[in-house]
Amino acid sequence: MLNPQLNKHGELQHLLTIDGLPKSIVNHILDTASSFVGVSDREVKNVPLMRGKSVFNLFFENSTRTRTTFEIASKRLSADVINLNINASSASKGESLLDTIDNLAAMHADMFVVRHAQSGAPHLIAKHLIDTKQSHVHVVNAGDGRHAHPTQGLLDMYTIRHYKKDFTNLTVAIVGDILHSRVARSDIHGLTTLGVPEVRAIGPHTLLPSGLEQMGVRVFTDMNEGLKGVDVIIMLRLQNERMSGALLPSAQEFFKSYGLTPERLALAKPDAIVMHPGPMNRGVEIDSAVADGPQAVILPQVTFGIAVRMAVMSILAGTQG
Amino acid sequence: MKLHIKNGHMIDPANGIDALQDVFIEAGRVLAVMPPGTCPPGFIAERTLDCAGLIVAPGFVDLSARLREPGYEYKATLESELQAAMQGGVTSLICPPDTDPVLDEPGLVEMLKHRAKTLNQAHVHPLGALTVGLKGHALTEMAELTEAGCIGFSQAEVPIEDTNVLLRAMQYANTFGYTVWLRPQDAHIGRGGIAHSGPLASRLGLAGVPVMSETIALHTIFELMRASRARVHLCRMSSGAGLDLVRAAKKEGLPLTCDVGAHHLHLTDADIGFFDSNARFTPPLRSGRDRDAIRQGLFDGTIDALCSDHTPLDEEEKLLPFGEASPGATGLELLLSLALKWADDYAVHQDGAAPAPVRPLVRAIAKITSDAARVAGLACGQLAIGSVADVCVFDPAARWVVNASRLASQGKHTPFLGYELSGQVMATVVAGHIAYQR
Repeated sequence: MLNPQLNKHGELQHLLTIDGLPKSIVNHILDTASSFVGVSDREVKNVPLMRGKSVFNLFFENSTRTRTTFEIASKRLSADVINLNINASSASKGESLLDTIDNLAAMHADMFVVRHAQSGAPHLIAKHLIDTKQSHVHVVNAGDGRHAHPTQGLLDMYTIRHYKKDFTNLTVAIVGDILHSRVARSDIHGLTTLGVPEVRAIGPHTLLPSGLEQMGVRVFTDMNEGLKGVDVIIMLRLQNERMSGALLPSAQEFFKSYGLTPERLALAKPDAIVMHPGPMNRGVEIDSAVADGPQAVILPQVTFGIAVRMAVMSILAGTQG
Repeated sequence: MKLHIKNGHMIDPANGIDALQDVFIEAGRVLAVMPPGTCPPGFIAERTLDCAGLIVAPGFVDLSARLREPGYEYKATLESELQAAMQGGVTSLICPPDTDPVLDEPGLVEMLKHRAKTLNQAHVHPLGALTVGLKGHALTEMAELTEAGCIGFSQAEVPIEDTNVLLRAMQYANTFGYTVWLRPQDAHIGRGGIAHSGPLASRLGLAGVPVMSETIALHTIFELMRASRARVHLCRMSSGAGLDLVRAAKKEGLPLTCDVGAHHLHLTDADIGFFDSNARFTPPLRSGRDRDAIRQGLFDGTIDALCSDHTPLDEEEKLLPFGEASPGATGLELLLSLALKWADDYAVHQDGAAPAPVRPLVRAIAKITSDAARVAGLACGQLAIGSVADVCVFDPAARWVVNASRLASQGKHTPFLGYELSGQVMATVVAGHIAYQR
């Protein structure tokens, strides 16, 4: 089956998932991002790479943070940005997803940044654009259900590369609610694509999906075991609705077993970095002493996120349909 | 009308026929089956179908076809779907009760039977709802519904949460000797799931339906059968583990039959690919190992019958993100080809082993004719002298490409779109009249 995010020349047409993305494209995105990191420090923060292009932020699910980073990235590329909070408009009027897309495409959109609660929604949009011969319009997945959050995955890869340089001798642990996490899936694909020899997933059985081993992941349920000797710790956000019920008894008990404390962090390599996609639940998955400590790179992640999104959008805008 | 079907190769599994035979039909019934060149004395045909090079089989019996009436006429109408049945060689359809309103009142059943009768195409046999509104609380008037034309009682896709209600329903059905049709699905485990629990669902971030949602339900059903002695037909088996339990239960002697949907005979969860909503089914397509167990189970008789699980859906229900799309696919016009594909694959698979006593093609036809009729308690699905003359004439070698414009069904969605399949229905005879001819 053809990879729907690449065009017939093997170039990036849409960014839907890191799964199946060639290593060369991942590296190209990271290299391009590094050229944009400096842009944000300049007096004039804009580059004209997307002047005259229209980027539509289609958020079928609320997310101020991710939408804002895409908005900033678009503006720094000099694109016009249109924010649509679909929850409040067409969806409630019964318009179908693809009707919405057709309408916006008719307004000469060049790029859709899509956040949707259903896994695979950006794939559906990308396929529709191809089927209706609108392949000049690009789709960026800004998070779909439990499936993927590729720009978050890429910015995590950027962060790891920034601090660790080489992927091929690293041990990386991803901790928490893997089952519901699109960030975890994108990170796993990014890490395995870039040649990380050991990717670990740490969590209770109720938050670990079946078949993780087939994704190249070593599974741990004991946090102390799982953190031993790791170079990178990626903490995941525990959603409020999962904190009590049939998956977990309480946030307190979760913190007791899987919260990242200074004592646990000491089990990792002395130079290990701590990452988190935000927003953090202090005292649930991470102790404040760690979140604000010297090994945390959580705020640099946010800064790199802008550069990575600029890289993705400028590369897509330069790809002919 | 007197109809002479001549020069065809007749396959009538129930009567052990797999040879060149002519069929003579009079007054809607089979008058005689004789070698070509012979004729019953005094028989002068008004119509003749020359079937040289073709196969003449009993009309197919489909254990699950949703016609969408009453209630969902915008998705499909009785006219379009019965036409699809004719083009697929299906002459008897069993319809699940999950219409709107649910088939839980005799008046609704009578209306459906009447509508189907006026169209004078396939025979329509509804299943009544086992509980009022399929809600799982109160029993329906099963005797009244049977009088109106129901041939069994089903919960369709709604598992009964209250096991005590299920026990009572089975006891009550068994009082009158009715069969209870159940799709084995636990009410809780796998609820909200949209794909087989496994590596693919985990990778795509799709909520899973584990195999145990089927096996737990089977254990419960079997215990209730032991207590009630009710006859149960299990619909749409999906897993190898489930089939192992069925095999053991049959060996134990429980009054049990089961079927599988034609899609599950060929496809696996890998066919979801990049979120293809055409591959969304309930139960979900499972692993390759499960699919192989289904193919074997159909061959060794653990699975009694093959059905199309025909579910016509419109664009609004399918052109959606995978998790929002409605499960199911159009199937009536693919049933024959998918059965033949299984027979072909099996003939290859069996190569080198001792030849089977019955060739795979005959076995495949049995699964959609006599075996299906036996499950449903119907006399159709065979062409013994004196039986109602429902016949399907087909060319087993003719190949066709599945595409929307070819399908008479209003449902155009199938994971087989674009596939080239073998098996072309050339004529369909219902109660002695030619209802479809290509």
